[in-house]
Amino acid sequence: MNQPRPATRSRRLARWVDDRLGTAYLATKALRKVFPDHWSFMLGELSLYSFVILVVTGVYLTFFFDPSQAESTYRGSYEAMRGVEMTAAYRSALELSFDVRAGLVMRQIHHWAALLFVATMAVHMARVFFTGAFRRPREINWMVGVTLLILAVFNGFAGYSLLDDQLSGTGLRIGYSIALSVPLVGTWLVSLLFGGEFPGPDIIERLYVIHILLVPAVIAALIGVHMAILLRQKHTQFAGPGRAEGNVVGERVWPTYAAKGLGLFFLTTAVLAALGGLAQINPIWIYGPFDPAEVSAASQPDWYMGWLDGAMRLIPPWEVRAFGYEVPNPFFPGAVLPGVTFALLYLWPFLEARFTGDRSEHHLLDRPRDRPVRTAMGVATIAFYGVLFLAGGGDVLSTTFGVSVNAVFQAFRVLLFVLPAASAWVAYRLCRDLAQRDPAPADDGSVAMTALAGVAEDGRDQDDRAGHDGPEAQGQAVGKHH
Amino acid sequence: MDDIEPAATEEDAAPRAAAGERVVIAAFTASMAAALALAVVYWRGGQAQLEGVLLAISLGGIGVGMVVWAKRFLPSGEITEERGRMASTDDEVASFTHAFEQGEQAIQRRALLLKLLGGAVGALGVAALFPIRSLGPRPGRGLFDTGFRNGTRLMTVDGRSVRPEDLSVGGVVTVWPEGHVGEPDSPTLLVRVDRPELFRRPTRTQWTVEGIVAYSKLCTHTGCPVGLYQSRERLLLCPCHQSTFDVVEGAKPIFGPATRPLPQLPLGLNQAGELVSTGDYREPIGPGFWNRRR
Repeated sequence: MNQPRPATRSRRLARWVDDRLGTAYLATKALRKVFPDHWSFMLGELSLYSFVILVVTGVYLTFFFDPSQAESTYRGSYEAMRGVEMTAAYRSALELSFDVRAGLVMRQIHHWAALLFVATMAVHMARVFFTGAFRRPREINWMVGVTLLILAVFNGFAGYSLLDDQLSGTGLRIGYSIALSVPLVGTWLVSLLFGGEFPGPDIIERLYVIHILLVPAVIAALIGVHMAILLRQKHTQFAGPGRAEGNVVGERVWPTYAAKGLGLFFLTTAVLAALGGLAQINPIWIYGPFDPAEVSAASQPDWYMGWLDGAMRLIPPWEVRAFGYEVPNPFFPGAVLPGVTFALLYLWPFLEARFTGDRSEHHLLDRPRDRPVRTAMGVATIAFYGVLFLAGGGDVLSTTFGVSVNAVFQAFRVLLFVLPAASAWVAYRLCRDLAQRDPAPADDGSVAMTALAGVAEDGRDQDDRAGHDGPEAQGQAVGKHH
Repeated sequence: MDDIEPAATEEDAAPRAAAGERVVIAAFTASMAAALALAVVYWRGGQAQLEGVLLAISLGGIGVGMVVWAKRFLPSGEITEERGRMASTDDEVASFTHAFEQGEQAIQRRALLLKLLGGAVGALGVAALFPIRSLGPRPGRGLFDTGFRNGTRLMTVDGRSVRPEDLSVGGVVTVWPEGHVGEPDSPTLLVRVDRPELFRRPTRTQWTVEGIVAYSKLCTHTGCPVGLYQSRERLLLCPCHQSTFDVVEGAKPIFGPATRPLPQLPLGLNQAGELVSTGDYREPIGPGFWNRRR
């Protein structure tokens, strides 16, 4: 602030707020915040935007949806269902699709946004994994991210289970059976969740509160934590000219980065709106109301549940029986597998630190090729869950390609172990070759190495050394080079 | 915004800027037009596809406009900033420890009070767990029983009783116990096989009537209705996870994740020649649970 400009209304308002809260310092810091720019850093942003769209469209849907299992009869404008007995939940879902203006497009945007929410989270997580961005000091934010992923997957399932159509009822029934399979407490668990035996009188009302209040509130809070930690720790960056462990090179938030980010939000919403308008999703009026004695062939869950569904299909007919008690089969793919999966995800930063012995701070990202073992393990993991995901559609593949169901599933059982091993080997070799052909950060190796050493010895000098060794003095703008 | 220089050199800056400006103008204008059209569509009664497209143009226009604006006319260029260190200095840690421990010691001086406070909060926590019990009934015999008794007539979904001759060879029909039609735990499949002499153990032939056998329709894996019947192979298929049950061999699972046969319902005929059950299932139907065999 050199010469005070004439006070405008907005300036007076800002002054009024500042007099009471003293916000100028923090606001300036926020505007001048530097963010490294790379296309892959936008993935988490897309998740955030999807969440915003989910909240906005979701609120609209709550005005019309009636989460009740009370018997009722449809009398709306969709001919094929007129006069059919159904629950109020399914009836109101039909009504908001056919008789509420913009209801269908909102419902479809909501559903597409949910798919994108989880998809961008998964890809964002893969980016963080393969570039080693989870390493110290970012282990906490990695775990917050894993929690967000779990909550997003769960809430997606809860959301499409509300409509009480044939498909959602089938999904809930499988969820019920998995909960029922838990040793010792399973029978109590389902009784308390569903209010009795399947389908139970209360599950939709309860899932509704969970879906629109409890889980979104936790997700919103954790997104806040995720971003607060990001701001506090500053973003990671790839190695490059002038980039070192001790600095962060990028664009200031205000105005360019903010404008681009906001533009990206509008573009994300635009794509979802186009999908919501043109690409039909979850056509519940085709599935019909839930009838516990019926099931349609080729029942597939939403994509992010596919791996669990595939595991439920691939597991051999095993169960544990001892002393007159049993651990039923669905417990293993339905409870043990996700438990182990998410436990390993939570623990990964610590497991890797233990195996590599590398416990130092890292702010420069790895290129996947420079970490062949980690990359190979990541690729193997993707292959494993990819096979499970495909197995979730095994019946569809069988009818599409005219191969017997047995042959398809036997093949998947083999692939489940062979494909991860093979792809890990290929990934490892590829990494080695690529790294040899194109050795690690050729640019300002001196800066990076010195800074690394600085961190290893005593983190405090790193910035000075980087400043002395680097060709660019700190705080000075350098031209964009990509 | 013309006072901010684009990153390009002076000569090509002007035409580039003009082109960029045209793109932004077009994007924002298209967005406005689409938004107005959206309002009209809504006003005229709404149409999902049009709403989606117009919304997409309206939002996309803003998005494209903003991104192009930012890329062409807002200052670009990288800034290098010091990262600083996450961990606090030893002095900071020491002063925090000191501050905290001062208070901690003051609190611990009244050890009894502290323990009582812990006890009170703990007791409240335990008491607060009890209302969970209100969420559902005690899991009782419901998991073990269905509505079938000795002499219960088997009814179809439209409430009619079934005679053996109603079922064609190779045919399947879903039935419920009379008075419980549609109840989720008792849908039962009646299957008539072409050659009753094929029935083998563990099928109980004394529970079949004229080649008709009755099995619970709920898969023993996750309880999906086993709705697909391949009459040539006499196999029942669950569409959820592809468990496959052999009808003439006690509905034992021959493929897929199911571990147990579909329970068989004892069948008989009443005086009127209608199919009845001669008792309930001898074991719990549907998915397993830990004390299923108790």
